[in-house]
Amino acid sequence: MAQPDILSPLNVDPIFGRFTLESLPLHEPIVVATFAAVALGGLALISALTYFKVWGYLWKEWFTTVDHKKIGIMYMILGVVMLLRGFSDAIMMRLQQAMAFGGSEGYLNAHHYDQVFTAHGVIMIFFVAMPFVTGLMNYVVPLQIGARDVSFPFLNNFSFWMTAAGAVIVMMSLFVGEFSQTGWLAMPPLSGIAFSPGVGVDYYIWALQIAGIGTLLSGVNLIATIVKMRAPGMRFMKMPIFCWTALCTNILIVAAFPVLTAVLALLSLDRYVGTAFFTNTLGGNPMMYVNLIWIWGHPEVYILILPMFGVFSEVVSTFSGKRLFGYTSMVYATLVITILAYLVWLHHFFTMGSGASVNSFFGITTMIISIPTGAKIFNWLFTMYRGRVRFELPMMWAIAFMITFTLGGMTGVLLAVPPADFVLHNSLFLVAHFHNVIIGGVVFGAFAGINYWWPKAFGFKLDTVWGKRSFWLWVVGFYFAFMPLYVLGLMGVTRRLRTFDDPSLQIWFIIAGFGAFLVALGIAAMLIQFYVSIRDRKQLVDVTGDPWDGRTLEWSTSSPPPDYNFAFTPVVHDSDAWWDMKARGYRRPEGNFAAIHMPANTATGIMLAGLSVAFGVGMIWYVWWLAGLSFIGILAVAIGHTFNYKRDFFIPKEDVIAHENARTGKLAGAAA
Amino acid sequence: MQSSLSPARSFRFALRTVPAVGLAVLLAGCDMVVLNPMGDVAVQQRNLLVFALALMLLIVVPVIALVGIFAWRYRASNKQAHYDPDWDHSTMLELVIWSAPLLIVITLGAATWTGTHLLDPYRPIERITKGQPVAANVKPLEVQVVALDWKWLFIYPEYGFATVNELAAPVNRPIKFRLTSASVMNAFYVPTLVGMIYTMPSMETQLHAVINKPGNYAGFSSNYSGAGFSGMRFRFHGMDQARFDRWVALNRADGDALTRASYLQLAKPTENVPVIRYGQVAQGLFERVVNHCVEPGSVCMGEMMKVDLADPSAMDASGLRAKPDGRVPQIPLNGATAGGVPPTSPADVDQRSRSAPSALDIPSQRNK
Repeated sequence: MAQPDILSPLNVDPIFGRFTLESLPLHEPIVVATFAAVALGGLALISALTYFKVWGYLWKEWFTTVDHKKIGIMYMILGVVMLLRGFSDAIMMRLQQAMAFGGSEGYLNAHHYDQVFTAHGVIMIFFVAMPFVTGLMNYVVPLQIGARDVSFPFLNNFSFWMTAAGAVIVMMSLFVGEFSQTGWLAMPPLSGIAFSPGVGVDYYIWALQIAGIGTLLSGVNLIATIVKMRAPGMRFMKMPIFCWTALCTNILIVAAFPVLTAVLALLSLDRYVGTAFFTNTLGGNPMMYVNLIWIWGHPEVYILILPMFGVFSEVVSTFSGKRLFGYTSMVYATLVITILAYLVWLHHFFTMGSGASVNSFFGITTMIISIPTGAKIFNWLFTMYRGRVRFELPMMWAIAFMITFTLGGMTGVLLAVPPADFVLHNSLFLVAHFHNVIIGGVVFGAFAGINYWWPKAFGFKLDTVWGKRSFWLWVVGFYFAFMPLYVLGLMGVTRRLRTFDDPSLQIWFIIAGFGAFLVALGIAAMLIQFYVSIRDRKQLVDVTGDPWDGRTLEWSTSSPPPDYNFAFTPVVHDSDAWWDMKARGYRRPEGNFAAIHMPANTATGIMLAGLSVAFGVGMIWYVWWLAGLSFIGILAVAIGHTFNYKRDFFIPKEDVIAHENARTGKLAGAAA
Repeated sequence: MQSSLSPARSFRFALRTVPAVGLAVLLAGCDMVVLNPMGDVAVQQRNLLVFALALMLLIVVPVIALVGIFAWRYRASNKQAHYDPDWDHSTMLELVIWSAPLLIVITLGAATWTGTHLLDPYRPIERITKGQPVAANVKPLEVQVVALDWKWLFIYPEYGFATVNELAAPVNRPIKFRLTSASVMNAFYVPTLVGMIYTMPSMETQLHAVINKPGNYAGFSSNYSGAGFSGMRFRFHGMDQARFDRWVALNRADGDALTRASYLQLAKPTENVPVIRYGQVAQGLFERVVNHCVEPGSVCMGEMMKVDLADPSAMDASGLRAKPDGRVPQIPLNGATAGGVPPTSPADVDQRSRSAPSALDIPSQRNK
């Protein structure tokens, strides 16, 4: 009963591992065409960067930076780039499902289609939503608490590059070998070596393990930052809500991601050395994996949504020109959600045969989460009440969120009722539900945040014409794309199907495909919005640093903020610190500047991440010499970094004075 | 009528009505089996779903309406509206904000607790339909379900036959499904009959149901299980007793026997498999599948556990110690052992005809 040779990690080519020319998907015309396009585009980009001689600038100012603002922006760029990839997968699925009726196989075979839906889920959660969330927190949190950077600036750079390394590994799987065909959570036994002998699941494991290190460390970093680096006077109950939600999210990250790391490590042991944690026999139990992965997976969705609740709190309060209603209850609601996030994981598999009492317990805890969440919606509602609501782009996203998310929350509670879940689990109703909350909550929140903080990051506002086009296309497209899926779910249609028998379903898939097409236009409009805004930056310029009549500290400094954020650490008396300072007639200090102590750039982060990619590739392809050498390299670089004593420097007093005087001049010009 | 409307007005009228009418036609045309099932358990599950939906609409509709009303009433250009930039707290309002959802969750939680227990898949059927309890002398029809790569095996122990990808049950007789899987996880789902339940290797789940109306209904796997997953469909026939008896006789008359050997042959990965009938089934086959001991010479997991329980030292470091009778436990039964290298593309898998004619003249309309 010997396993086939291909499965043995030891019986491989000593140089190339299990890589052969056949690993290149040359037989898949869609992939080859994509590769050609990506290669040409990449070549054009590299030539342009070389031609304009910006490599040195990028290396010095961006790749090696430890500035939380630049790292935040790089996270957002990573999120946008990966959104394009993840969305291409979505369009391909919509097209396949709209076509594959009446005996038609569609245009994707199972091998390709199964990779597409797996990659879509993995990319959208780990490499789109997570970078958006981390990017916003990275950029905004230090500014909101009046700090000059995060607690561990080098760690921050390292975290970003590890996340990017994970994204590189996922992208590599598109052109070299294959990606996992197991669904985004790689449930065994399907993801075990017996049923998934190829490199796909290994790509999945190593991409997530490497990116997971980045996520975990950035969680540690932001907790330390929020706990230790708040400006004088900013007690916890005077902290902006966004910082509260960021704190809770990072606590969730630190508590949940090690579980993911552990469960993937166990799966790796099963796959690489033949242990039997999740196999069918020898005492293995696949249900253990399902439990563990959801013990990470459910907090993960709150990791994504909580910071967006923070964004909406800032946006609704700012654009209503009014204090946030119920600050205290908002804080407690966030804390309750943080705790309850750990008590609901089983609702992802009511249908796995748990007893009725277990199912009811987890169903009811799930419903209880809707209480603090509902309280938040009411708080935003009563923040608008007796306000002066300005329908700027961030506020439009916030209103679309409140309506969309309420619907998504409602269908979520329906799914929390176990007997209802028995007929809706794994259905397109479920797919519609989680897109309803993730797009309506996380994605809309990211866009609200981008439109809200863009002027802070770059010193000019985003174009509203293209912004509104993008908004309407996205919102209308979302409803067209996902309302039909609710209907299909009630027609008993389940997820991940590649072909269909019943012709009466097709019209709904076509409508959903049309919705996805509108969303594609919405993404295009957003990219055009960025382009137009950068082109017209002179007309859209904001010199005040406070374009929205903001309430929190980030609006008290210049746009973009200087490297040191604040020449003097602000003193806080109110939860809406900047609003309070403005109301008391705050005057900016214009003298007595001193040199400022700052962390120095380092290339260690990008080097470690590069070596991690090499290590991952070695492990995925059983190229043991590569894995071994790069692992030694990782250790060497990490230890070497401990001997790097050039970790900080002082921004000279003259530079501070020059920057602050320039700002004084601009403010005077704006006032005149 | 038409001529009395100006073109602009009729256009606006059309703009308003066409989408609404179109949506109504679409929704009327589609068959929402989850909301209109034919099995009593699924009907009760539907009822709970509708109750929960109605309960939540009580709060969701006002909230969505208030979002629109507040956003519009307090728009910046409306200087008549009261503006109170420092108003940020009201104990009364906070009380309402927290207690209204709480009341709804208490109500829904109570319904959930009772509903989940009453509709537990392991709970034997107590009523055929509303107001019609199961008679004391009725024994449920037992069907043993094995999810294979990528087809369904149904064993009828009461009658000693088995089918692949065709399931039938007499109307108004309780059915007891015992389910497992030979390789990876699947979920058994006949939407019109009852909610789904996972089928898992080395484990047995159960599902109780009853069908109230004759018909030819869709059944399939609702948990992704690999390349051939989309073709894991079967038909579920609700039949009156006479017809069911004829169907049983038809199956029992089939010359093929499902032995341990032919089961292992059947378990190899195949896609879009037509109906297969086996007039006879090896004794205890289902238990052997659950315990991974269909292969000749393999020790059942249950046996292994008994031995291990009696003798704590029975498991040596490798976990593969030979048993007292000298036999070695079977290496995992999986895609590799069942069918050589698992298929990575459809070309690797035997494709059988998609539309093999059923041996029965059952009208193939959906859910009618």
